[in-house]
Amino acid sequence: MVQFVTRRLLLAIPVLLGIMLVTFLLVRSIPGDPCKSMLGEKATTEACDLFAEENGLNEALPVQYVKYMGQMVQGDFGDSIRFSRPVSQMLVERLPLTIELALTALLVALAIGIPLGVVAAMKHNKAADVGAMVVANVGVSMPVFWLGLLLAYFFALIMKDTIFELPPSGRLSAGLSSIPFYEAWGWSVNEDGFFGNVLEFISNHFIFNSLITGDWEVLGDSIRHLILPAVALATIPMAVIARITRSSLLDVLGRDYVRTARAKGARERTVIGRHALRNAMLPVVTVVGLQMGALLAGAVLTESIFGLAGVGTALVEAITSRDFPVVQAVTVVAASGYVIINLLVDISYGYLDPRIRLE
Amino acid sequence: MTNFLRRNPYATEPDSDFLLEKPTSLWKGAFGRLRRRRTGQIGMVLIGGLILMALLAPLIAPFAPNEVLIGKEEGVKRRTAPCYDALDFIGMFRCDSEDQPQHLLGTDGNVRDEFSRVVYGSRISLLVGITVVVVAVTIGALLGSIAGFWSGWADNIIMRIMDVVLGFPSFLLAIAIVAVLGPGIRNAMLGVVIVSIPVYARVMRAGVLSIKELDYVAASRSLGASSVRILWTRVVPNALTPLVVLATLGLATAILDVAGLSFLGLGAQPPSAEWGTMLASERNQVFTAPHLVFFPGLMIMLTVLGFNLLGDGLRDALDPSLQD
Repeated sequence: MVQFVTRRLLLAIPVLLGIMLVTFLLVRSIPGDPCKSMLGEKATTEACDLFAEENGLNEALPVQYVKYMGQMVQGDFGDSIRFSRPVSQMLVERLPLTIELALTALLVALAIGIPLGVVAAMKHNKAADVGAMVVANVGVSMPVFWLGLLLAYFFALIMKDTIFELPPSGRLSAGLSSIPFYEAWGWSVNEDGFFGNVLEFISNHFIFNSLITGDWEVLGDSIRHLILPAVALATIPMAVIARITRSSLLDVLGRDYVRTARAKGARERTVIGRHALRNAMLPVVTVVGLQMGALLAGAVLTESIFGLAGVGTALVEAITSRDFPVVQAVTVVAASGYVIINLLVDISYGYLDPRIRLE
Repeated sequence: MTNFLRRNPYATEPDSDFLLEKPTSLWKGAFGRLRRRRTGQIGMVLIGGLILMALLAPLIAPFAPNEVLIGKEEGVKRRTAPCYDALDFIGMFRCDSEDQPQHLLGTDGNVRDEFSRVVYGSRISLLVGITVVVVAVTIGALLGSIAGFWSGWADNIIMRIMDVVLGFPSFLLAIAIVAVLGPGIRNAMLGVVIVSIPVYARVMRAGVLSIKELDYVAASRSLGASSVRILWTRVVPNALTPLVVLATLGLATAILDVAGLSFLGLGAQPPSAEWGTMLASERNQVFTAPHLVFFPGLMIMLTVLGFNLLGDGLRDALDPSLQD
């Protein structure tokens, strides 16, 4: 197992380096003068010289790359041109929302997708199967941005003043604010230090923060605000998970050990739950890892629709204002996160299925 | 050899006569199976309808997609709800007043006929999807066959680059590419092309790797055929089948991704009648004029659904293990 994990880790490193290289080259290949495209057409020569000096643009490309790598590894993503503040600070503020959104969506996708796939496989070729697969097929074809707007329209307007009313935008209702757990517990923290940043990053996960501080009002409100975005974002992964669960379970249900379990008189629930489903889950785990990419990317669209200030909206705003350090940082962070998640999935796969380790 | 192995699925006497019968071609058989499957049927109807709509757009649409109707029509207003007397029995299409101009899907924020724009949008989406997939498959197949056929350093370089591209969440990389190149439908398409190449390259490489070991390739080689000739006439044609399925499913992804980029303002720019752009420019009016959001999105969904079903149907139809 140690050898297996080490090999997977070593395989991930070139991909991570490649991702950083591609992002580096992408941002450097902006057509035209980088200074003019970042500071604007009317930037003076002096301003441009200063800009090139500050950003090390006068140096040779390989030198720039080495410096850039060194900074990235230390978590220094440079300064946002638009806001003149460290990009890492923006990530501390905005990344937690995106993480919470993606995880909630993943939870929704699993909670609906797996039962849907199981029902479809158990009722193979019956009405329930057809119905589940219609849902799954429509689900994979759903434009997230369209579904999001429809959900907002339905739950914020049609359902207004009923118990189903849900907010169409924002993270917390006006007047509410989340008090960081370290303040609630009276810790004295230097907010500019590394440790302070870590604590702030953790406390910006509003659901987690309000859960540990026992602030039920904020907890309920932040969950209510996340329901619609999470459902919109979950649709495609949900459909993919339902399909893979169904086909994988159908495959397993035809195996000898399932027939044996049935022959010895086990209840159908035991056959499915204990014998079939456990073995059918392996491909599902892989797909879940791959869907994390779709979740991260879909978060860009979802955040934009529901007015959530996560890294997705930061990315879109940065593109329109040509704030390239932010574009670069968000791309590197999201892609690295995606690679690391899939690395974990790979490793867990080796744990779940011992045969993989020996390959 | 191949004909001998490929049993005719329609033969009534399977054992003695099938050697004498004219073999059904792979594609003819697959099309027959596709036509008999429900997913294939629905997919073909959806895509057929879409292609008809795109071809006949000038005949179906009452107005040009960018025609502003102010001054051309009596009493026309911006963002009016759908109103069509012939469909009066459906509440949604009921007109507010007698003399309201007839617009099946209402008018948009610039007083253009929404129905005409939706119809013309099919041209853009189909063109975008097909262009993206054709370019991506061509490049991907080329890279994949080079990597698979001449293993070694070429294989290593090509596939490691593909690994890196696959390391990114695809839509995110497309966004980053458009961010660098600048917004616009052409750059959005280029972004989606780049992120979809690796999948085709991988599948092509796998196909080429297995086919180049087959006997008929060895036969060609022993006859003195050049590597390029073997690759081009023996290997590539036989490795293309799985790509067809992938390409059909890829059309769905390409259309969805480009529409998503357009929605973010990175793809087609107004006044283009691209569905994602139409949706984006009226998104803030979703509470007051929901029809302007509903119909373009519905068209995207139906198009994507059509290609997905067609792709699934094709995969089943081409899968030898499922042949009856």
